[in-house]
Amino acid sequence: MSIDWKSYDPKPFYDELIIAPGKPRPVARKLTEYLSSLDDKELQTRKQAADHAILEMGISFTVYSEGENIDRAWPFDIIPRVIPKREWEAVQAGLVQRLTALNLFIDDVYNDQKIFRDKVMPKYVLANSKNFRKQCRGIHPPHGVWAHICGSDLVRDKDGTLYVLEDNLRVPSGVSYMLENREVTKRVFPEVFENSSILPIDEYPTQLFDMLAAISPRPQDYPEIAVLTPGIFNSAYFEHSFLAQRMGAELVEGADLVVGDDDCVYMRTIEGLERVDVIYRRIDDDFMDPEEFNPDSMLGVPGLMRAWRKGKVGLANAPGSGVADDKVIYAFVPDMIKYYLDQDPIIPNVPTYLCVNEKEQAYVLEHLDELVVKPANESGGYGMLVGPHATKKQRSEFAQLIKKDPRNYIAQPTLSLSVAPTLCDEGLEPRHLDLRPFVLQGVRTDVTAGGLTRVAMRKGSLVVNSSQGGGSKDTWIVDEEA
Amino acid sequence: MLSRVAERVYWLARYIERAENTARMVMSFHLVSLDMPKTMPLTWKNLVAVTGNDDIFDEHYQREDERNCVKFLLADHYNSSSVFSSLKAARENVRTTRDLVPSEAWEIVNELYLFARDNMDSGLGKRGRYQFLTEVVQRCQTLTGLLAGCMSHDPAYDFIRLGRNLERADMTSRQIDVGAYRLLKRPEDDVTAPYDGLLWTSILRSQSGFQMYRQHVKRRINGVDVVHFLLQDIPFPRAVAHALQNVQEAIERLPRNEVPLRLVMQVRRHVLGAEVDHLIKEDRLHEFVDTLQREIAGVHGAIVDTWFALDKAA
Repeated sequence: MSIDWKSYDPKPFYDELIIAPGKPRPVARKLTEYLSSLDDKELQTRKQAADHAILEMGISFTVYSEGENIDRAWPFDIIPRVIPKREWEAVQAGLVQRLTALNLFIDDVYNDQKIFRDKVMPKYVLANSKNFRKQCRGIHPPHGVWAHICGSDLVRDKDGTLYVLEDNLRVPSGVSYMLENREVTKRVFPEVFENSSILPIDEYPTQLFDMLAAISPRPQDYPEIAVLTPGIFNSAYFEHSFLAQRMGAELVEGADLVVGDDDCVYMRTIEGLERVDVIYRRIDDDFMDPEEFNPDSMLGVPGLMRAWRKGKVGLANAPGSGVADDKVIYAFVPDMIKYYLDQDPIIPNVPTYLCVNEKEQAYVLEHLDELVVKPANESGGYGMLVGPHATKKQRSEFAQLIKKDPRNYIAQPTLSLSVAPTLCDEGLEPRHLDLRPFVLQGVRTDVTAGGLTRVAMRKGSLVVNSSQGGGSKDTWIVDEEA
Repeated sequence: MLSRVAERVYWLARYIERAENTARMVMSFHLVSLDMPKTMPLTWKNLVAVTGNDDIFDEHYQREDERNCVKFLLADHYNSSSVFSSLKAARENVRTTRDLVPSEAWEIVNELYLFARDNMDSGLGKRGRYQFLTEVVQRCQTLTGLLAGCMSHDPAYDFIRLGRNLERADMTSRQIDVGAYRLLKRPEDDVTAPYDGLLWTSILRSQSGFQMYRQHVKRRINGVDVVHFLLQDIPFPRAVAHALQNVQEAIERLPRNEVPLRLVMQVRRHVLGAEVDHLIKEDRLHEFVDTLQREIAGVHGAIVDTWFALDKAA
């Protein structure tokens, strides 16, 4: 028996591969036909081949449990998610537009603050911003770019519209899994690659290297680039080590680096001290430099901020970039795009109600049973209220929280995320997913062709985090005209 | 190459070599103990003393019997040199340097660690001990072979060679020390004297050196010749002189090597220049080994200062 697309029914959700049972989207026709040509046994064989490849390639993520770090095999579903190239080109343009505006905003915040003076944005958002770093005032990083690497989370609603759910401007992760998912899929379904025009994604490490090289303080020399990791205990250590290897960069920890009397950054090597030009740092601002931020940090490098401020080292992302990674500021991104670029946003925001605004707060309090309420500065889904699934008691608790600290809360309508067919124990089932493309901005801006698709493997679940039972899929941008 | 990474691969090699040698020692002692008459049991505590951790043993145990000593040498986590602790440390070091060594290295070390953890009980009991220890030794050798055969002989490999051979020199010198006390002037009526041969054979066996000794020395087993063989034989890879020569060769390939190189050449001279029969006649063998171990520790210190020390600022 093989897959019968007539008996796969994603209702009531938008499905990425089919329009209705038995009716694939044009872009996915080749894939669905190919999948139907495999019998159950063959499909299982491919699934096992994928599991095997993941183990063999050592693709893992780290979970901390019972005082020990466990490397878990990366959860992966072999059925790809497919997006037409024409649709993707608009998304790419939208992401470039968005990150350009965000970088103009961050540069403005730390310098002239025109956007507040022109009353496009109220200044109170800064006063309560957790990720605003006063140490960054008056700094002009190269090319005016602060957030060089951005991972924006996109979700598709039931009518098929893609929205930006949030912009991750601090240390977004996942790109290594995007690359590895493609490697695995090529091993599992080589036939489909032969017959369709799927955009390649593997230039990312080169683009990342070029972008980092572009912020080197010694542009005339071959740059010494280092990836700064908090270490083996970090859940994204696999990615840190992967990117360092793919770029031919050193993977360093805080203790490997030292800032000299000349304010340059050096690595401790067996040859002695060697100068580092650019650091792709994968540790948070707070832990980066105990002289300027958290003094107890063991992960950071004393004097790193000083070296950066004096232009002796490039840092990506620049310290303080996280100021734009705030859900209240998120609500203003469409206004930023209008203000800095004089353009209309290409990808819409999810409608967002700011509780600090009295009228909007009244609306939120009245509609708590329909809305999702989120704290402004948390990530990873902490401290959230999902109105439709919450109890009366939880809702009234949140009403109190909102009234007490309105700046810290926003609300959004509950979206019904799109689904895609996923190979589960029960067979082929619709599962919810999102998409994280990665954007690199330096002298030029590059967007990955697709991104990391994360899937909630549990039936009905909207949680896509790998630590909480989430899986992933390869994402294909398919050129239908080629 | 980053200093931290160099230090980790160096310790990876040291810990694997330590696990292997400790397993070898326990095995040979185990075998000779089966040969000794019931009225003259072996003193297992001597084996603990060889590792230099007898004070930690004394903190945890009152009875110095076989069970406690073997448990201390194989399993105890508070003995940082026990087979289990060594494998655990080796695993941590290879885990953090997985990008540098062939990926099979991680698998071998990880599986070895899991094997030791899950089968420790048979290692502690008399019946399964031989098999358990043989397996540990063989798997350590597999790793050594893999690294020699599949890893580029780059600075990372030089540090592995450095760690392995320095640890080996140290462990072999400790083995010589086990025998040293047998060679001390003893009362004429010492009833254990006829069993000296057994002990020396077991020491040779623990280093897989029995056959090599037979082939190259061609004399009946006696203390002076065995000490000479284990200390000064150049062709035998587990002899101190051979291991130190390897240390020297690895150091010669590394940058900024003046201080460690000078030290290791000095130790080698002392080893090769030792007159074993004089040392034995004058009861100075233990003293000599003691000095040798301090010198080996000095080489280690110079390696740390030259290539690993992180507190040297710009």
